[in-house]
Amino acid sequence: MPPKPIQEQPIREHRYEFDIICGLVEENSRVLDLGCGEGNLLKMLHEKRHADCAGVEVSEDKVYACVSKGLSVHHGDIDVGLADFPDNSFDYVILSETLQEVRKPALVFQEMLRVGRKCIVSFPNFGIWSARWQLLMGRSPVTDTLPFEWYEGPNIQFLTINDFIRFCEHKHYAIDQAHYFRRGKSISLFPNLLADSALFVLEKESIQNS
Amino acid sequence: MADIDPNKSVGIVAEQFVALFSPPNELVLDNGEKLGPITLAYETYGRLNAKKDNAILILHALSGDHHAAGFYTPDDRKPGWWDLYIGPGKAFDTDKYFIICSNCIGGCRGSTGPASIDPRTGKPYALSFPFITIHDMVKAQKGLIEHLGIKKLLAVAGGSMGGMQALEWAVSYPDMIAAAIPVATTANHSAQNIALNEVARQSIIADPNWKQGDYYDSEPPARGLAVARMVGHISYLSDQAMHEKFGRRLQDREVVSFDLLTDFQVESYLHYQGNAFTQRFDANSYLYISKALDYFDLKGKSDTLAQGLRHVKARFLVLSFSSDWLYPPYQSREIVKALKQNGLSVSYCEIKSEYGHDSFLLDNPQQIRLIRDFLHHVSEEVQSNAA
Repeated sequence: MPPKPIQEQPIREHRYEFDIICGLVEENSRVLDLGCGEGNLLKMLHEKRHADCAGVEVSEDKVYACVSKGLSVHHGDIDVGLADFPDNSFDYVILSETLQEVRKPALVFQEMLRVGRKCIVSFPNFGIWSARWQLLMGRSPVTDTLPFEWYEGPNIQFLTINDFIRFCEHKHYAIDQAHYFRRGKSISLFPNLLADSALFVLEKESIQNS
Repeated sequence: MADIDPNKSVGIVAEQFVALFSPPNELVLDNGEKLGPITLAYETYGRLNAKKDNAILILHALSGDHHAAGFYTPDDRKPGWWDLYIGPGKAFDTDKYFIICSNCIGGCRGSTGPASIDPRTGKPYALSFPFITIHDMVKAQKGLIEHLGIKKLLAVAGGSMGGMQALEWAVSYPDMIAAAIPVATTANHSAQNIALNEVARQSIIADPNWKQGDYYDSEPPARGLAVARMVGHISYLSDQAMHEKFGRRLQDREVVSFDLLTDFQVESYLHYQGNAFTQRFDANSYLYISKALDYFDLKGKSDTLAQGLRHVKARFLVLSFSSDWLYPPYQSREIVKALKQNGLSVSYCEIKSEYGHDSFLLDNPQQIRLIRDFLHHVSEEVQSNAA
């Protein structure tokens, strides 16, 4: 019996985000990608940035894909997978388009900033006007970046860009960079209303700006 | 007659033997005693390349041996125990790699063990054979690898006790392996693991034919050994696998017998497995190897497993099976955690399987794929580093 082909999943990997992340990560960095999927981002970081890569992925089929790319991958939940790593073992810990599926986000961020120096997180913005409009019309939003009906999606957290900024303030996480996107293009005006997704770089402690 | 396809099988293979550790260079065992000379029975498949950097050592489980692939004669009913994994184009691709598998010391399939003749007395060692450890097995294997002129193995791989040996290799000889693939294994035996082994040992010891191990001139303790194998066999399967294979079906009868005859199919199966085992395995070897399994503790003299692994350098692929209750996935995850704490490159997968511990021996496309892909990248890395 030949190996089972990998199940085609709906693609939620945002290439424009990959390019941004690739630009952020310095050469030879140690990178951990939580919910690394089939390892495309890690593969890219390894090839373009010579990053020392590791991933955590809950889906068995995607683990096979990562191993076939020569990546180190841990098959398991993000929460469990993170606990195994020692303090400061990575330069970057990435949570790309996965935050909305995490059960205990606060704990995950605490752990990410324990094992990593910086954390890169991206998520779909629930505050986008089209979502607000649909909610006003009495329906749960279905948008390009939140493409699931309420009864079949994997998402359990629905947050806005403003929610996330408030969360960081509350936890004293320094926001090093913020990028906002609409249909794959960077935008800067009224992001909480117009952006369909956002990407933040967080640091453990506030950097004293001179 | 076996249908031997040269495109899929290593074909007809032959056992080889080497004598190592002859006095005064005996192997110093973990218990302080010396053992030598030691005969190791082994087989190889594929070709060792000119740089001698494509060798992979395969390590067998408790009841396994060095016959890991291929057939001895065209009339063999079965190939070696990991034939599904070793061969041209398979996970351990003999077109690319040179595969070695040796019978462990303490075994009974050609390597020196309790049934071997003690050169000092001219009689079988029996219980005068020293108690060996997994570490001792690995030390003897290192002798074989050096004998073959190999300085560094591309990988060590094995399931169950073979996985323990793979782990021990990584700890004991970190510079001699590039990668390790421990499958369905543990860093040490749990109380439950030891308890099951003790039931098996006591059944051998309770057999009147055992005679303190001194039975080589008489009837062997076959009944005790068969029961030991039955206990082991139950632990290798899963509830679901047994349910699907046997359920509560009766054996050669329509209604239960209300006596001690064999009522159920599962009983008949266990009797068959137990009796077949006594044809090929020595009861004293079972006692010694099962003890080695119980003594195994990867952390060694360190306080924690992570500390015990501090000198390890190899890349790892750690595999467990969801329905394995002998060495459940949590035992593999403990190994993975300790490896990560040392900053090592490790991939871990818990493969979904219904067939329990024995899954690692079965035709499992997921396991085949993971091992093949992992080895491919390890091999490329070794080649590019050498270039």
